[in-house]
Amino acid sequence: MTETRDVLLTMKGLRIEGRADETWTEIVKGIDLTLHKGEVLGLIGESGAGKSTIGLAAMGFARDGCRISGGEITFDGIDLRAASEEDRRHLRGHRIAYVAQSAAASFNPAHRLIDQYAEAPVRHQVMSRAEAERDAVDLYRRMQLPNPDEIGFRYPHQVSGGQLQRAMTAMAMACRPDLIIFDEPTTALDVTTQIEVLAAIRDIVDQFDTAAIYITHDLAVVAQMADRIKVLLKGEEVEEADTRTMLTAPREAYTKSLWAVRSFARPEQAPVGGGTPVVSVRTVTAAYGSVDVLHDVSFDVHARRTVAVVGESGSGKSTTARVITGLLPPRRGEILFNGTALPPDYRKRSRDQLRQAQMIYQMADTALNPKLRIRDLIGRPAQMYLGLQGKRLDTRIRELLSLIELEPDDYIDRLPSELSGGQKQRIGIARALAAEPQFIICDEVTSALDQLVAEGILKLLDKLQGEFDLAYMFITHDLATVRAIADEVVVMKDGRVVEQGPKTQMFRPPHDPYTELLLSSVPEMDPDWLTGVLDKRQASG
Amino acid sequence: MGFLTGLFWLFATIAAALAAGWLFRAAAIAASPQGLAREFRTMPLTASFGLLMILIYILVAIFAPALAPFSETEIVGREYMPWDAVHLLGTDNLGRDMLSRLIYGARNTVGIAFATTALAFVAGSVLGLLAAVVGGWLDQLLSRAVDVLMAIPALIFALLLLTIVGTSILNMILVIALIDSTRVYRLARAVAMNIVVMDYVEAAKLRGEGTWRLITREILPNAMAPLVAEFGLRFCFVFLTISALSFLGLGIQPPTADWGSMVRDNATLISFGDITPLLPAGAIALLTVSVNFVVDWQLHRASGLKE
Repeated sequence: MTETRDVLLTMKGLRIEGRADETWTEIVKGIDLTLHKGEVLGLIGESGAGKSTIGLAAMGFARDGCRISGGEITFDGIDLRAASEEDRRHLRGHRIAYVAQSAAASFNPAHRLIDQYAEAPVRHQVMSRAEAERDAVDLYRRMQLPNPDEIGFRYPHQVSGGQLQRAMTAMAMACRPDLIIFDEPTTALDVTTQIEVLAAIRDIVDQFDTAAIYITHDLAVVAQMADRIKVLLKGEEVEEADTRTMLTAPREAYTKSLWAVRSFARPEQAPVGGGTPVVSVRTVTAAYGSVDVLHDVSFDVHARRTVAVVGESGSGKSTTARVITGLLPPRRGEILFNGTALPPDYRKRSRDQLRQAQMIYQMADTALNPKLRIRDLIGRPAQMYLGLQGKRLDTRIRELLSLIELEPDDYIDRLPSELSGGQKQRIGIARALAAEPQFIICDEVTSALDQLVAEGILKLLDKLQGEFDLAYMFITHDLATVRAIADEVVVMKDGRVVEQGPKTQMFRPPHDPYTELLLSSVPEMDPDWLTGVLDKRQASG
Repeated sequence: MGFLTGLFWLFATIAAALAAGWLFRAAAIAASPQGLAREFRTMPLTASFGLLMILIYILVAIFAPALAPFSETEIVGREYMPWDAVHLLGTDNLGRDMLSRLIYGARNTVGIAFATTALAFVAGSVLGLLAAVVGGWLDQLLSRAVDVLMAIPALIFALLLLTIVGTSILNMILVIALIDSTRVYRLARAVAMNIVVMDYVEAAKLRGEGTWRLITREILPNAMAPLVAEFGLRFCFVFLTISALSFLGLGIQPPTADWGSMVRDNATLISFGDITPLLPAGAIALLTVSVNFVVDWQLHRASGLKE
């Protein structure tokens, strides 16, 4: 990596402004960046750090409501800021390509994959249509897509998420660009799919010696992909170094705090010594329509305990939560609450039964009514279940806000839109607490948040559990979260429980093969991890 | 030359309208409290002009007796008198003062249209939201009933119903409200369908909230923007329907002044090149355009293009 190669892209003192409320505020504050041919640069930082904005600026592009206000962007000797729109358009898709976070949202659902693949090369007159199609099949094969000969003739909805993401990377490669910008290409994928996509992306970037900017908030992922890493915070550079140097010896305090996030783990708890579980799921089989999606699912959740339910999307984690809350009455089996069976349908449950089991949602944005103020959002359960009114209700709301570590006077009359993502999630927690429940279902509560913010939420949940003797059911696909907060783990696949037991036992071999696959797919902070895992899998399989 | 003069007047009118809009906006910003002032600042000139016009119509409707020089029904001169100092806009086919009838017409036509639209809205949106929340057979029943009503062309259906129940102002309001509530129902249901699947509605259901509270606290506030925009649009349609019915003789009955029948009564003058009978039509057009300016602005805001 230290060899001197030709410089491909340079940014000097890049400044980008965004418009909010009629005024322009700087969101990228003077970034310098140099990228050599064939090099992969990782950009990491929390949301709002300006990662994607810088990525787009590398194509000389600014989103609606943003403008590049200062600095230079030079791509292979061409000044992108001075170049005409026509020239820039010629570069984009041809010499600079872009892979977006959500391939599912970025493909046009009305056209077949191969038609979208061929569009750029034919338009830029690099290949004829027939050549482009042959080339597509070749790249699909290199990206290790199943049935490379015919997969291109499918529509985006007929292909899985991981395959789409790979098809999109292939499409970005179509004109053999000099530079590809990857904007969180694996963030929306399951770990087991993520590892395949990462391997495919790395191979193809190596094969064509393409330079890349890899944008992500996941340190372990960037460690696998990048030669160099640049850490950003609020539009400013924190530090930049070789991947290995950065991982082993970060200089800045902020970088160290990022690195330390994954170290949060709560102390081991003594195993449960009998007693009635708060919630007991007994041989539940549930169906959507006539298709069974859960098969004989059973597990217990005890007071002061966290049970993590782990699995990929489609494994039935959230469906289990819907059965427990009564949104989806099961076909067979029952839910016991402190030893007594709950009515299967939430409409048949008493107000007190409803109060005892609360839920915190993944997307705080859609879980809080945007037109209600914090006072009403949190106050409603307290008013409804506990009959609090007037002064006592107000006191209780302030108490709850203090519990979630938000200053009551500042926040009580705000609307959800006036809060950050982490704060919204805290309000979601306060709303659940307001009902004074015994049991809370946390449905992927941290997966939409930045790591530092997510860690704060996990610590808060942990603290509250101790204070109020809460039982948690923690739905997640992130094993780092499991490690941090769980006492017991339930692994699910295709609607069945594959393995369950205490956390310490789960993280120690021997494993069920699926658990093994899941565990080994979680990226680690070691730059050689991906290579190691792939070698091992090849050897055994 | 005539063409050029016409062009000059056209531009002069547009410029005057924009200037009026600009002045009105400046006044509105100065006169309203902080939060509202910010809304007004983002208001385009067209919307500002529209708002000003609507305000003028409302004021005219309220203060009609004070503004009108003569009574609505009194015969004060010969038929079809030209414009002069006493009868500013001349007299109509029976010798009633045209300007007075125009002013009273605002009261009748706009008032009735407003009542009708409000009724259509209350009925349509309550049923639409209910169908979305409850779902199942209630949704099927209401939606299929609405489909049946919507299958019949609106104006012909209104004529049919009015012939059956007889023409009176109350009947007309009820019939048009019924027909228009079907359109409101469809919109309210569609908007609510998107909101019902949100997590906060699920959370409210799991909390054990009743249907009424679900509708009023969780869904309605979030469905308000498109409904308000639709209200403006619907108001125009109702307005035009009433005028059309009056023109056909089944709407507001004489001697009550309303703009639709005023056009019909004085239609003979058109062949003599007199523009007087077109004034009520112009009043209708101006209000319709004004309401649409404001609706456009609201739609633009609601669709999230701004912010």
